[in-house]
Amino acid sequence: MTIAIQDTAVRSPANVALHGRIAKYGLLGLALLAYPLMASDFWIVQIGAQTLFMGTIALSLMWLGGYGGMVSLAQLTFAGVAAYMVAVFGVSNRPDISLGWEWWAAIPVALLIATAFATITGMLAARTEGIYTIMITLAIAVAFSLFCRQNYAIFNGFAGFAGLKPPSLFGLDLRAPLPFYYLSLAFAAASYVGVVYVTRSTFGLALQAVRDNPRRMRAIGFNVYAHRVAAYAMSGLLAAVGGLLLAWFNGRISPGTIAAGPCINTLVMAVLGGMVHPIGPYVGALVFILLQNFAIDLIDPERFNLVIGVAFLIIVLASPDGLVGLWQRMTRRRPEGGSSQR
Amino acid sequence: MMRSVRGAFLAATMLAGLSITASAQAADSIKVGGLATLEGAFTVLGQDGLRGLELALKEANYTAGGKKIELVKGSSDATPDSAIRAARKLVEQDKVDILVGPLSGDEGVAMRDFAKTHPNVTFINGSSAAQDTTLRSPAPNFYRFNTDGVQWAAGLGDYSAKTKGYKRVVTVAEDYGFPYSQVMGFMLEFCKAGGKVADKFWVPIGNKDFSSIIAKIPDNIDAIYVALGGADATNFLTQYEQSGGDKPMIAGSITVDQTVLGAKGKRRSYLIGTPSAGPIADTWDDAKWKQFVADYKKAFPDGLPSPSLFAHAYYLAGKAMVEGLNEVKGDLGDGEKKFQAALAKLTMDTPTGKVSLDKNRQAIADIFLTEVVEGPNNTLMNKVVKVIPQVNQTMGMDEAEFMKLGPASRDNPECR
Repeated sequence: MTIAIQDTAVRSPANVALHGRIAKYGLLGLALLAYPLMASDFWIVQIGAQTLFMGTIALSLMWLGGYGGMVSLAQLTFAGVAAYMVAVFGVSNRPDISLGWEWWAAIPVALLIATAFATITGMLAARTEGIYTIMITLAIAVAFSLFCRQNYAIFNGFAGFAGLKPPSLFGLDLRAPLPFYYLSLAFAAASYVGVVYVTRSTFGLALQAVRDNPRRMRAIGFNVYAHRVAAYAMSGLLAAVGGLLLAWFNGRISPGTIAAGPCINTLVMAVLGGMVHPIGPYVGALVFILLQNFAIDLIDPERFNLVIGVAFLIIVLASPDGLVGLWQRMTRRRPEGGSSQR
Repeated sequence: MMRSVRGAFLAATMLAGLSITASAQAADSIKVGGLATLEGAFTVLGQDGLRGLELALKEANYTAGGKKIELVKGSSDATPDSAIRAARKLVEQDKVDILVGPLSGDEGVAMRDFAKTHPNVTFINGSSAAQDTTLRSPAPNFYRFNTDGVQWAAGLGDYSAKTKGYKRVVTVAEDYGFPYSQVMGFMLEFCKAGGKVADKFWVPIGNKDFSSIIAKIPDNIDAIYVALGGADATNFLTQYEQSGGDKPMIAGSITVDQTVLGAKGKRRSYLIGTPSAGPIADTWDDAKWKQFVADYKKAFPDGLPSPSLFAHAYYLAGKAMVEGLNEVKGDLGDGEKKFQAALAKLTMDTPTGKVSLDKNRQAIADIFLTEVVEGPNNTLMNKVVKVIPQVNQTMGMDEAEFMKLGPASRDNPECR
C-alpha cells in the first residue's frame, strides 16, 4: 500500500510507514477521546470543541488551497450559509421566519444549500487564478454578510437568529459539554478522514495534478474546470458541517459571525497550522483559539491584539508552511534518506 | 520519536488545562469580571466604560464587605458572539463571582441568555440598553442599574411636540436593537402629543453614504429625529448640510457628543436648539455630578474630557456591586442568593440621583432633557432643560398596556 500524502514521495518501506501511522493515529485518537476526562467544561467546549469545528472550517480551506491551489476567503461564508439555513428551516427565536422543520429534514437541506452555494461560488471563482480568486471569494464573503445584515425577510438583519440548538437524541442534550465535544470530534474526524481519503482517490490525485500543472492536465484530456468546481463543492460541504457546529456552539447566527474579519481568521488558522497536511488547520485553530482566549491575560487588556499579531508574525516568518511544516522539518532531520521536500 | 514528540505536546496541552483550572480563588477575595468592547468600532467607548467601573472600585479602595476585590478584564468587539466568548472565559475559566458587562445592546440580550445557564454567578449589566434585555423573559441573576434606550428618551417627544412645536418628523437611525428602543421611546410621547412620524429610515452601522436617504426626506416635515452614534452622526450631518438640508434636528442619547458639538461654521448655528435626552448631562449644575466629573478627571488624566454615558453606566454597576457586597458582608455562599437579594432591594444615591430596581431588576432613575446652547468661550454645550424624575421601564404606563405595544422594531411603533 503506497501512500503519498500530498506530493511528497514515499520515503520508507511501505509497511513500516503504515505501522508508524496507525500507532500515531491511535495515540492521537485515544488522547482526543480521553481529553474531556481531565479537563473542565471551559476546556472541553470553548477550547476543545471550538478547535475541532473551527479546524474543520479551516480544513475546508486547506483542502482547496493545499490540494487545489485555490485560496478562498469564503469558507466561513459557506459555514454561515449552513448556519443560517438550519435557522431558517429549523427552529429559532423567530417563529415568524423559521419554518420549524424537524432536525432530520432541516440539517440535510442546510448542508445541501451550503454545498450548492459553494458550488456556484466555485463556478465563478474557478475561472480565476491566484490573487483574483482571493479577491472574488472575499467579495462574495463580504457581500453575503452585508446582504444578511440588510435582509429582514429571510435573514432577520443585524440581529440574525438566536435560540439555535442541536437536536436532542435519545434524551441526550447534545449541547451539554461532553456530548458537544464528542459530536465535534466525530464530525472533525469524519472530515479529516474524508479529506485524506479523497486526496488519495483518482479525483484527488487529478486535482493535485491540476494544481501543479493545469495546462498539461488540460492537454491530456482532463476537465480542469470541473475538477476545480468539484473541489469547491466538497469544501462547501466540509465548511457547512463546521458551520452547523458553530451555530449550535454560539446558539445563534448573525452577520457579525461571518463578516470579513472572521473570514480572514479562517485563513489565519489554516496558514498558522500549515497548508501542507490536513492536520495543519486543526493545529492552527488550536493555537489561534488559545491566543484569542488567553492573550488578554498576558498583557494590558487594551493591547492584547498586539500579542496575537506578533505571535502570528513569528510563526509565519519562522516557518512559511506553518507549524506542521516546522514540525516536519524538525522530525525529518534524522538520517532517513528522505530528502525530497517541497 | 515522532510519537513521543506528539505525545509530549498533547500531554503538555492537557497539563496546561489542568493547572489553570486548578487555580481556585482564595476565599478572602472576590473575583469580578469587567467585560467591555476593547476592540472594534466601539473601542474608545469600551475603554471609558471600564474607567467607570475602576472608578467605583477605586472609591471603595478595591474592598467590599471586608474582602479584597480582584478585577479581571475581558474584551468583545460588540458582536454577541464575541461577548459570550469572553463571558464564558471569565465565568468558566477565570471563575469570576460577579460579571460586569457588556456594553452594547445586542450583546446584552445574549448575555441575559448566557446568565440563565450560570445561575450561581451574578451578572450586572455594563451599559447595554436594549429594552428587551430585562423586559421580556429576564434572567433572575441579571441586574441592570442603568436605564434603557426607551427610558433615555423620556421627555423628548413631549418637549419636541409641545415646546418646540414640531408636528411632523422623520427618523434616521442605525439598524439594530438600541436605536429601535430609542425611536420607540421618542415616538411613545411624540405620537401621544399629536405628532406624526412620516417615515423611518434605518441605516447600517458604519454607513458612509447617506445621499439616498437624504434624497428621500420629504419637504413637508418640521424636524428630523436622528439616533446615530459617533462617526455615523458626523457623516450624516455633513452630507445633510451639503445637500442643503435645513430641517432642525431632534437627537438621540448618543448623537450629540463632544465631536458633534465641536462643529464650526454653519453647522454651529444649525445645532443650536437641538433637543436631546439621556441618562447623563455633561454640564449639569449639580454638586454630586460635578464631584463625579472631578473624580473621573483626577483618576484618569488620559481619559475623555468628561465621563461618557458608558463610564457612567459601568460606574453605577460597580457602585451597586460594592454596596451590595457591603450589605451581605462579602458573603457569596449558597449560590450568591443573599447578595442577589441585597442587589434587588438596593436603593443607591448616585451622581445622577436616586437609582432603584423594579421587579425585573431594571433600573428606575432620573433622565435628563437637554438642549444645545451657546456656552461660554463660544463653545456649544448640552444645557439641562429639565430632569424627569424616576423614569421606569414602562415610561409610567400601565405594564399590561405597555407590553401590548410589542417589542420595539423597525416597524413598531407606527404613527404616520
